[in-house]
Amino acid sequence: MSLDASLPLPPVGGTPTSLAAPGAQARRCETTGLSVCLAAQQFIKLNAVSAVVFLLLGGIAAILLALTRWQAVHLLPVDWFYRILTFHGLNMLIFWILFFEVAVLYFACTVPLKSRLFSRKIAWASFAMMLSGAVMVDYIILRGQADVLMTSYLPLLAHPLFYLGIILVAVGTLTGVFNFFATLYIAKRDRTYEGSVPLVTFGATAAAIIAVVTLLHGAIVMIPTFTYSMGWTGQPDPMWYRMIWWGLGHQSQQVNVCAMVAIWYLIAHLATGAKPVNETVCRGAFVLYILFINLASAHHLLVDPGVGSAWKIWNTSYAMYLAVLASMIHGFTVPASVEMAMREKGYVKGLFGWVMSAPWRNPAFAGFVLSLVIFGFIGGITGVTLGTQQINIIAHNTLRITGHFHATVVGGTSLAFMAVTYYVIPLIFRRDFIWRSAARMQPWLFGIGILLVSLGMSFAGSLGAPRRDYDIDSSGAFGPAAHLFLGVMGVGAILAVIGLFLFVLLCVGTILFGPKTDGRAMADWGTAKALANAQPEAIAEDHWAMKGTIALTFVFLASFAVYYFANWKALADVWPVR
Amino acid sequence: MSLAIPERGWFKAPAGAEKLWIGLALLWCLVMSVMMPFWHFRGKQNSRGEAYAVQPAAFQARVEQFAAANKVGELAGVPIVEPAPGGDAYLLARMWSWYPVLKLRQGETYRLHLSALDLQHGFSLQPLNMNFQVLPGYDHVLTLTPTSKGEFTIVCNEFCGIGHDKMFGKILVE
Repeated sequence: MSLDASLPLPPVGGTPTSLAAPGAQARRCETTGLSVCLAAQQFIKLNAVSAVVFLLLGGIAAILLALTRWQAVHLLPVDWFYRILTFHGLNMLIFWILFFEVAVLYFACTVPLKSRLFSRKIAWASFAMMLSGAVMVDYIILRGQADVLMTSYLPLLAHPLFYLGIILVAVGTLTGVFNFFATLYIAKRDRTYEGSVPLVTFGATAAAIIAVVTLLHGAIVMIPTFTYSMGWTGQPDPMWYRMIWWGLGHQSQQVNVCAMVAIWYLIAHLATGAKPVNETVCRGAFVLYILFINLASAHHLLVDPGVGSAWKIWNTSYAMYLAVLASMIHGFTVPASVEMAMREKGYVKGLFGWVMSAPWRNPAFAGFVLSLVIFGFIGGITGVTLGTQQINIIAHNTLRITGHFHATVVGGTSLAFMAVTYYVIPLIFRRDFIWRSAARMQPWLFGIGILLVSLGMSFAGSLGAPRRDYDIDSSGAFGPAAHLFLGVMGVGAILAVIGLFLFVLLCVGTILFGPKTDGRAMADWGTAKALANAQPEAIAEDHWAMKGTIALTFVFLASFAVYYFANWKALADVWPVR
Repeated sequence: MSLAIPERGWFKAPAGAEKLWIGLALLWCLVMSVMMPFWHFRGKQNSRGEAYAVQPAAFQARVEQFAAANKVGELAGVPIVEPAPGGDAYLLARMWSWYPVLKLRQGETYRLHLSALDLQHGFSLQPLNMNFQVLPGYDHVLTLTPTSKGEFTIVCNEFCGIGHDKMFGKILVE
């Protein structure tokens, strides 16, 4: 764990790789005692601030969309609805998340490994490409020259700058990922640490590996589409486009899952002192993501022509659902690690005494738990079920799909990213949060809001309401129940967006006006304290001590099975088709 | 802790409740994996993706020919077309309508050919909520057996431009 004097000397004339070496451009964190690379800190700040700006843009778009689909309000005119929908998808799913993930990667390869960032120049190049690409895309969308939605399915065609902007964002992100791998390499080469990398770095590495594969799919599909939009080459086949585009679109969600799970482990540790019950299991689950997620593009082609049943069945199940297995493993190990930490601290009463005593006033902890629950119970269960080959017939392109991914990407990933920000700003920007009572409420507001959005969409979709549709009234096919659920979605969106604006306000206000922490530890959000009668040794060795987690995961499995088979029943009720 | 280098010898087999959970989760994943091939052979609703390459203009000509030969009426200016039971039926998606109106018989099986003239479209049959993707250049064949009577609305659920939300069609089942 600790550094010793046997570390190799820094290369002559250069900055030493190890942050502990003399002459390292690093500072010592007053809260954690860890060394922080100043270059990494600078780019974590830049990328995180950009991420929050794009989150704000996407959030403004979100409320406009929700208040349009809520038929009783129906705010936007039709052309602006699809324009803002395009804008919302790209800013939220691509820009907010990618910028934040680059910040996470720069943290994970430097601080835990006690290494400097490989290159400032490369980090600048990555940032410049990503930012100019994102601005280009947003500009051309708002000009009304790219009303093609996020997926830009051919033969729909946008202005060439739209594709060029996406290519720039993708290449910029790949450049940042390269900086991450190069840092891992120099850290290993110059022995800044001994042994295996920490779990958070391991999870981030899994995310980075999947990101490379994902972004290569992006390049394969976007470059010929760009040359086509310039009139240089012919039109790519629309089915080919769908298959490769979703190699970008779905796999990138697994990057999000890896980053999110790594953050779960991080917050669990920071707030309760949790450590993995079994490192092998946690790491093995990340490896399963890397190995078995690359087939996920099939989820979007389950009712498409041109790909057959065998292909669809094999690829939708990620080869026997081994990536789902990975998520189910994390779904156990993450709460189990928290429960074990709490029990070791002496909170041993009953099944759920540790839950009651958990540091709920800590917004990072509350956000992490909400993220875990919304991702697992809503996002995970609906995702696997809707992605079942035949069940997709009663779900494809309905609001059920949107309901699913607002639980995974927003309730899961975005909320986890928000939660970790309650540590990132005090530890990296070195300012304590302003308006701490509002910060404690923020994850609840956002989490409950997005839960309502997700449920409203899912139920409206079960009644057949299409996604990406301006007006469901004119068909006459949808009754009052569908309208009611769109209203639930609208109310949820208002709550969630208030939570989002509050988050942005807290972040910006803190970065500008928050009290500086120079020379002292950050103000504690609330961490679990050990009780006097704690008996950690007895519990640490007991492999059945996580009784509450066992109960919760059994409830999860039962809910999963009920929802899954209820959907087979619903499918059996529609017309026979093959 | 998850931020620190793990202690040497961290590579251990799972034990206790963790081992049990991994086993149960794996079992559940296998159940879900088996359900799909099972349904493929024993279930009645499948999406096999049967498709043939077709030029949009050629598909449109087939639809016109099919409509002219089997027309039985008109609904708001659109021909109502009744294919022979067991025979082929054609449906053309374009910005922003489904053509023609189909009249089918309950309990009979049809080969329904779906394709698009211009952009991608989504065949969403309401209120049944059955959904299939429609692409230009692909003749997507669904072997379909209506089992309920009534008037069904086809809604487009793939974004296809400004008139997307006004793109409807009808299937009548007697």
